[in-house]
Amino acid sequence: MGSSKINWYKYTSPASFYPLAGKMIPWFAVLTAALLATGLYIGFFVAPTDFQQGDAYRIIYIHVPASWMAMFLYAMMAIYAGLGLAFNARLWSMMASAIAPTGALFAFISLWTGALWGKPMWGTWWVWDARLTSTLILLFLYIGFLSLQGVIDDKRRADRAGAVLALVGLVNVPIIYFSVQWWNTLHQGATLRLGRSASIAPVMLSALLIMIAACWVYAITVTLMRLRCIILEREQHAPWVAQLLGRTI
Amino acid sequence: MLSILRCVIQRDITLAWRGRAGVLSTLFFFIIVVSLFPLGVGPELDVLRVIAPGVVWVAALLASMLSLDRMFSHDYVDGSLEQLMLTSQPLSIVVLGKIIAHWLVTGAPLVLIAPVLGLQFDLPPKALITLLASLLLGTPALSLIGAIGAALTLGLRGGGVLVSLLVLPLCIPVLIFGAGAVEASINGMNAESHLSLLGAVLVLALSFAPWTTAAALRISVE
Repeated sequence: MGSSKINWYKYTSPASFYPLAGKMIPWFAVLTAALLATGLYIGFFVAPTDFQQGDAYRIIYIHVPASWMAMFLYAMMAIYAGLGLAFNARLWSMMASAIAPTGALFAFISLWTGALWGKPMWGTWWVWDARLTSTLILLFLYIGFLSLQGVIDDKRRADRAGAVLALVGLVNVPIIYFSVQWWNTLHQGATLRLGRSASIAPVMLSALLIMIAACWVYAITVTLMRLRCIILEREQHAPWVAQLLGRTI
Repeated sequence: MLSILRCVIQRDITLAWRGRAGVLSTLFFFIIVVSLFPLGVGPELDVLRVIAPGVVWVAALLASMLSLDRMFSHDYVDGSLEQLMLTSQPLSIVVLGKIIAHWLVTGAPLVLIAPVLGLQFDLPPKALITLLASLLLGTPALSLIGAIGAALTLGLRGGGVLVSLLVLPLCIPVLIFGAGAVEASINGMNAESHLSLLGAVLVLALSFAPWTTAAALRISVE
């Protein structure tokens, strides 16, 4: 293994991860811009109009990736927070705090675009359907995590309390999801399913996949940027930060 | 281990009995909130019968949130919580004792008064029994889940509102199954499946919450 020469543990220290994140951000930012431009272009200009839903269906190019990312980022946040709690590693806890606002944003975008899509399709902005409701509850869980961390002044306590809450939430998410599904759902079946051929045209599918990738790298970019701010804020009394700031100012 | 459980329950109940007013206010809050709905919605019994399960359950949820603040904060302020944490007994057992006492003091009265409130909403007798059963299974789960939030927000400014923000989303399954059971019984269907699920949630909460609450208390009290 060639990679065994690199000491990966080195990068769990905020001081050494900070410059690494700085180097990674431009690459991910460029990739985000490229994927977003391609995905949106294919989605809005190349992909054909849906024969049932007209042009309104095109909102799925934002809606589906946002919903996926909202769920995925919650799991990532809980995993990072849990690792930070278990190994007492500051960087991982900071990572969880950095992911949370982006996850909440995606949950909000998912609800917003869902409402915009629902108006022409169902004739109403909001229905109490299983998936809408569980996304709303997911947003509440993000808000709970953010506000708990916001009111605790002691950062280490904030990290650990947030981790307990995120993990409890992670256990609860499937229970909430299935309990919410007890209602008759108006929502259309999932557009993408593993192990089954996708129920949409290949052009639409490729646009959707590109948009999902775009949202993914966007989340990475923004999380790393936020992580750098959090590191600087928390480590402001550390010698390496003073050195760094002294050099750049 | 059982002796400390009994000891903690007895102590908390004695303390609650000496400060009755605080405990009774939770019960009256529940009664008042439930009674407000007919005033807001109108007195048509057909409408009231439909909304009754949700109204009673949401009110029970809110009432149990209100009382969560009391579970640990008094003991935290006067230092006895730290003493309890220093005993050689497992903290999760101590926490379980406090949760049971909290439910006996605030949850059980709600369960007992709920059928009377159900009469205000013209619920049929069978639905009243289901309401009683669902609250009997559900309110302990609310206390258990709420304990985690109460422990996490211990000693924080704005703790009371914050704890609702953290705990309410986690309580949604209890609300759905609880209100669903009563609704099924009003419509003449079998409420057993809802009640079984509610029991499952209770068992799950019973096995995880004391342990998680103990971990949260250790984080909050350092």
